[in-house]
Amino acid sequence: MSDSLFKNIGSLSRLMMRRDRLRIPLWFIGISFFTLMVPIAFVDLYPSQQERDGMAETMQNPAMIAMVGPGNLDNYTLGAMTAHQMLLITAVVVGLMSILLVTRHTRADEEDGRAEMIRSLPVGRLSNLNATLLVLCVTNVLLTLVTGFGLYSLGVESMDLEGSLLYGAGLGATGIFFTGVTALFAQLSESSRGTTGFSIAVLMIAYLVRAVGDVTNETLSWFSPLGWVTQTEVYSNNDWGPIFLTIGVSVVLFFMANYLNAIRDLETGFFPSRPGRRGASPFLQDPAGLIVKLQRTGIIVWGMGMLIMGLSYGSVLGDLESFFAGNEMMEQMLVAEEGYTLTEQFIPTLMIVMGLLVTVPPLMSMLKLHGEEKKNRVEHLLARAVSRTKLMGSYLIISILNGFMMISLTAIGLWAAGLAVMEEAFDFGTIYGAALVYYPAMLVMVGIAVLLIGILPKLVSIIWLYVFYAFIVLYLGELFQFPEWAGQLSPYGYIPQLPVEDMNVMAVTLLVVVAVILMVVGLIGYSKRDIEG
Amino acid sequence: MSLLNVNHLTKRFGKFTALEGVNIEINEGEIYGFIGPNGAGKSTTIRVLLGILKASEGEVKIFGKDAWSDAVDVHKRIAYVPGDVNLWPNLTGGEVIDLFLKLRGRSHTSRKEELIKKFDFDPTKKCRTYSKGNRQKVALIAAFAMEADLYILDEPTSGLDPLMEQVFQECVIDVKNKGKSVLLSSHILSEVEKLCDRVGIIRQGKMIETGTLNELRHLTRTNIHVETNEPITSLNEFKGIHDIQEQGLALSFQVDAEELDHVIRHVSQFGIVKLESMPPTLEDLFMRHYENKDEGNAGGVS
Ligand SMILES: Nc1ncnc2c1ncn2[C@@H]1O[C@H](COP(=O)(O)OP(=O)(O)O)[C@@H](O)[C@H]1O
Ligand SMILES: [Mg+2]
Repeated sequence: MSDSLFKNIGSLSRLMMRRDRLRIPLWFIGISFFTLMVPIAFVDLYPSQQERDGMAETMQNPAMIAMVGPGNLDNYTLGAMTAHQMLLITAVVVGLMSILLVTRHTRADEEDGRAEMIRSLPVGRLSNLNATLLVLCVTNVLLTLVTGFGLYSLGVESMDLEGSLLYGAGLGATGIFFTGVTALFAQLSESSRGTTGFSIAVLMIAYLVRAVGDVTNETLSWFSPLGWVTQTEVYSNNDWGPIFLTIGVSVVLFFMANYLNAIRDLETGFFPSRPGRRGASPFLQDPAGLIVKLQRTGIIVWGMGMLIMGLSYGSVLGDLESFFAGNEMMEQMLVAEEGYTLTEQFIPTLMIVMGLLVTVPPLMSMLKLHGEEKKNRVEHLLARAVSRTKLMGSYLIISILNGFMMISLTAIGLWAAGLAVMEEAFDFGTIYGAALVYYPAMLVMVGIAVLLIGILPKLVSIIWLYVFYAFIVLYLGELFQFPEWAGQLSPYGYIPQLPVEDMNVMAVTLLVVVAVILMVVGLIGYSKRDIEG
Repeated sequence: MSLLNVNHLTKRFGKFTALEGVNIEINEGEIYGFIGPNGAGKSTTIRVLLGILKASEGEVKIFGKDAWSDAVDVHKRIAYVPGDVNLWPNLTGGEVIDLFLKLRGRSHTSRKEELIKKFDFDPTKKCRTYSKGNRQKVALIAAFAMEADLYILDEPTSGLDPLMEQVFQECVIDVKNKGKSVLLSSHILSEVEKLCDRVGIIRQGKMIETGTLNELRHLTRTNIHVETNEPITSLNEFKGIHDIQEQGLALSFQVDAEELDHVIRHVSQFGIVKLESMPPTLEDLFMRHYENKDEGNAGGVS
């Protein structure tokens, strides 16, 4: 009986490891590298206890505790600091790794019909699930050992062997826990998207429950598996209890997944699959409606990302203000421009980075047109009463609006956070102007994308090389003293650095003109060439 | 009156010539079968007709308008089912059908519902879950739910089961009865034989035959099976006789249409006991073209 259920687990596990021979090592190296780099950096950044206590001071507020969890702030050694700031977030990443890997080898295989092929071989009914669990457990145990011994080998005084292994075990146990969660949802849900979706929802809820619990009521945190990780008090009390709890619950999850897998048919689930819309909403009438519907999720996620980026950059403005205020030398060094506060002079530097990042979502939005072409889906529109100009124009307008929205959200985030943390906050106009002045440069980038799609569709991806180039010369240009023309090879080189520099109406207008020309040429090219696919 | 007129169409992709001097004419109310093996250039031709690809040479007129420069106008009166139906994974089939209908102006809800029922299609599922056949149904329902003057269908049944193929054929006949025209590309010969008034055969980018089925049959051999009282002699002296198989007094052979008369006269002298003659199927016709072209070296456009 058991033989028939579990036959050939070994070969299936080897198959999975072969399929993941790049994927798993990449996760593994990424997580280990991240885990080991941070304490090394901390040693450099906070060599004395006094500096670490200063850090502890800034961590002593509900916002930080909600973000990274409780820590041993009274005795903030290098070890305590690493565990406090890094353990939870790394555990979330390990959880994510497990979710994606398990889905890939369970429900995704089933959905794509690969599982059926495997099933037709002399393979047990539960073999695939348990081979997946085995591979994931081995991966997570290895991760425990590598990060554990790795941290210990750094030779930091406050990072002893037991604490280091516990740190690793916190990561590995979380990975195993979410392996169990995903294995369970792979039985319940009928699709791989559902499996990943539900599992990530559990991960996020676990994070939020712990955040609320850590700030308000510690008992609540015990209802979250991510709460258990921080309760280990790594490098302080070294409590192994939560690890055993995590593993215990994981084993229960494994059994539940096995039971459900045993009683269900292949390619079915337990959650009823919810029927979708029978017909199109009045909104889905034309190409623009379709584009918005397809890109909606991406736009929302990027929009939130940009807002958060603005907020987090903005939140350092207050510290910056007090930092500059207390530091006479800095004050003397940086007063290059008369009439501007030091924080004001810092704004352009922030804006360069934001201006470039903000270009990414509208570019992606525009390039979707090319992606759709390669997937043979623009044919559906063009074979109906939709002209090429209307199709590309719809993408272009949405991309341009998208960029405007992203810039605005970033500026709003920066301004709002500044308002909260600064004594003399910026007025909205200053910040918004400094951000919006990058819009023409973004339009030129979008224009280049339109031109490429219209005339050189095979070379569309070089736009990303150009973005990368612009980033390098802008961001590192001053540091490495690149010549001026290097910066001026990208449209960002012509943007006046508001509020410190004066507005250069001429340059900005010219950029807009160039952008329009690029777009018009691209549109004409698009209506003259073959559609590929 | 001719609805669609393709005149010496040539299409090159770089150095590769995918179509060379293709001529097609479709008249009002006619079902035109466009047949050829994979890679022959059927989809390429259709995509030129739709203004998705630009002709390298030649003229393509639909409803008297240019297929490239007046594409949008032309498309208002065309329904199209692509050969490879790729849909947006997170839209439902119903949403896609509605969108397709709206992109042409108006929607015909009652006709659409009727077709959904006929094709036994569940429009509430996301397109990512649809099989090839179901994706094809989306395109077919969207095409037949609208009033078009020309239906362009590129291998529309390659993923359908026999029952659905039947439904599809009913839809085509329906459209024909309304006096509309259809361009049906296919490599399923029985389907073309059943539905089409005229066929065009394309191979390696060239039209190798066009005409009504009868005209084409005229060019081909009839299969004859005959049993006689006395053994037939000197049959192989006739020209136009092929593939003779003898089993005692029973004889099977193929005969070129133009020689049929002579051959039957000769055979009848030997006292016919039983005579069966089978008209050539499109399949025969098709295969014969390959034999010929492979023997001669007329093929090989690239
Ligand atoms: N965009 C393209 N670039 C280069 N070759 C193409 C392209 N599209 C089609 N072809 C070639 O043209 C020929 C005809 O293809 P197609 O029209 O799809 O054939 P069919 O539909 O009859 O199976 C094939 O050899 C194919 O490889
Ligand atoms: Mg084809």
